[in-house]
Amino acid sequence: MSILVYINSNGGIHKSALEVVTYGKKIGENVTVITSGSADSSSLSSLGKYGATKVLVDRSLQNDDAQQLTRLITSAAENMNASTIVFSQDIIAKAVAPRLSVRLSAGLISGAIDIPSPDGNVKVNVFSGKAFGSVHVHSSKKIISVLPNSIQPEITGSDCAVEEYNGNIGAPSIKVIDTKKPEGEIPLPEAELVVSAGRGMKAPENWHLVEALAKELGAATACSRPVADIGWRPHHEHVGQTGVAIRPNLYIAIGISGAIQHLAGVNGSKVIVVINTDAEAPFFKAADYGIVGDAFEVLPRLTEAVKKFHATRH
Amino acid sequence: MKILVCISKSPDTTSKIAFTDNNTKFDENGVQYIVNPYDEWYALVRALEIKETLGGNVTIVTVGLAADEAIIRKALAIGADDAVRIDAEPSDAYYTAMQISNYAKSNAFDLILTGKETINYNGSQVAAMLAESLDLPFVSLATKLDVSGTTLTLEREIVGGLQIEELTIPAVVSCAKGMAEQRIPNMRGIMAARTKPLEIIAPVAIEPLTSFVNYSIPNSKTACKMIDPMNMDELVELLHNEAKVI
Repeated sequence: MSILVYINSNGGIHKSALEVVTYGKKIGENVTVITSGSADSSSLSSLGKYGATKVLVDRSLQNDDAQQLTRLITSAAENMNASTIVFSQDIIAKAVAPRLSVRLSAGLISGAIDIPSPDGNVKVNVFSGKAFGSVHVHSSKKIISVLPNSIQPEITGSDCAVEEYNGNIGAPSIKVIDTKKPEGEIPLPEAELVVSAGRGMKAPENWHLVEALAKELGAATACSRPVADIGWRPHHEHVGQTGVAIRPNLYIAIGISGAIQHLAGVNGSKVIVVINTDAEAPFFKAADYGIVGDAFEVLPRLTEAVKKFHATRH
Repeated sequence: MKILVCISKSPDTTSKIAFTDNNTKFDENGVQYIVNPYDEWYALVRALEIKETLGGNVTIVTVGLAADEAIIRKALAIGADDAVRIDAEPSDAYYTAMQISNYAKSNAFDLILTGKETINYNGSQVAAMLAESLDLPFVSLATKLDVSGTTLTLEREIVGGLQIEELTIPAVVSCAKGMAEQRIPNMRGIMAARTKPLEIIAPVAIEPLTSFVNYSIPNSKTACKMIDPMNMDELVELLHNEAKVI
């Protein structure tokens, strides 16, 4: 089984890259990583620790043009006769993996949350996290796109070789005019800890309480749909059925009632903490820990408790 | 501008999700099907806005059986000009994309719009597969789309931010929140939809690449542990020692 893993290495090696390399190692012996982007050779080489046999890097591709990436990955997959191609299910994978599926006639499993079972079927999230499905691929080659935070990175080896690679990627069909990246924010889908708030915060100027807790925890911030719709928070923070679906280790929901559409986006979270003034809020049914109380009093207290906890550990 | 909008049916967002036949089939009992929200709210409405400014035609396409015509009539009531139903069960994303691609190949569209994903299978696959099969550029998860002559200017989500991009038609674009506002069809639209052209075409022979073998429902949570709002040290202690997440 030769496995090809694509990672996005723009801006360094992300945790999701370590997850998919580990995934590749768990399903095959010979794991080649293909990447474009700006990460330096020594950080690419460290992917060997997570199971990569070698890393191929094409530095001619700076943006994430889906057609160029498709050509790059196709070329690498054909050269090594890859049986399975692995992606992390992010925005790039959503544009590239389906294109590869058509080009290579390889069945695509998107949203995998586990390694294949002995019969080769793969468990995926469906119905926006309200159910799991088991997918069978009919073609001999397959593509698996793994949801972030589904597998824990594991160190199994040592640094590996990094080779420059020319994937004959051709010209881009899309011209990038401008890129806006908020500095210092943790991308929500990759975050292990998430602090999220809803209409219970009463006004956008109260969000500093949410941000203070997130900062103390090293968490990303998120929000419910009504809050994004009325413009209190940016749309990319909206988690739920029609927003982002996330599966962090810890999800703290403040002043969110827990409508079925919101739960759909967060019920993959390992641990859920709910803070609400209303003891009857449906969210408590999906929670591991619940606090009935006023967010304006509970939040500063919790932030202080986290601060104390961190202080005693250093 | 000739625009094709691909729509899919999906269960209403409040539907109870259950399975039958030994957990191999989605239980449709009591389920209300709607136009997949991303397809309707963003792709279709933006297509109509472009048509209203620049002129042209908006065609709806769906792969589905006769029972799915209700969602087509809804899309026509919102304002699409005509519709095509490819008469087949959409067995997987590849099968669906190849059927639409086969139709689109013989009908030179300037722009093909889809929603970013369906809310039932969440695969986000059909649009990119369609683009590859038609050898067209594809912009995924666009939150803004403007047309000027043959140039499209788009804003889309990228990993950890936003990107503004330009490309030349024809192209495929998948639409996410921010693209447009939901429209409620009015009585005139609903009446007009009854007589708008709906063409039914036979599918081409395509073998699906994947299939769902079975389904399961996540285990329900054990009872929620309630914590005294005065004692946040206890919560932190539990998150560290019991839940082991911090």
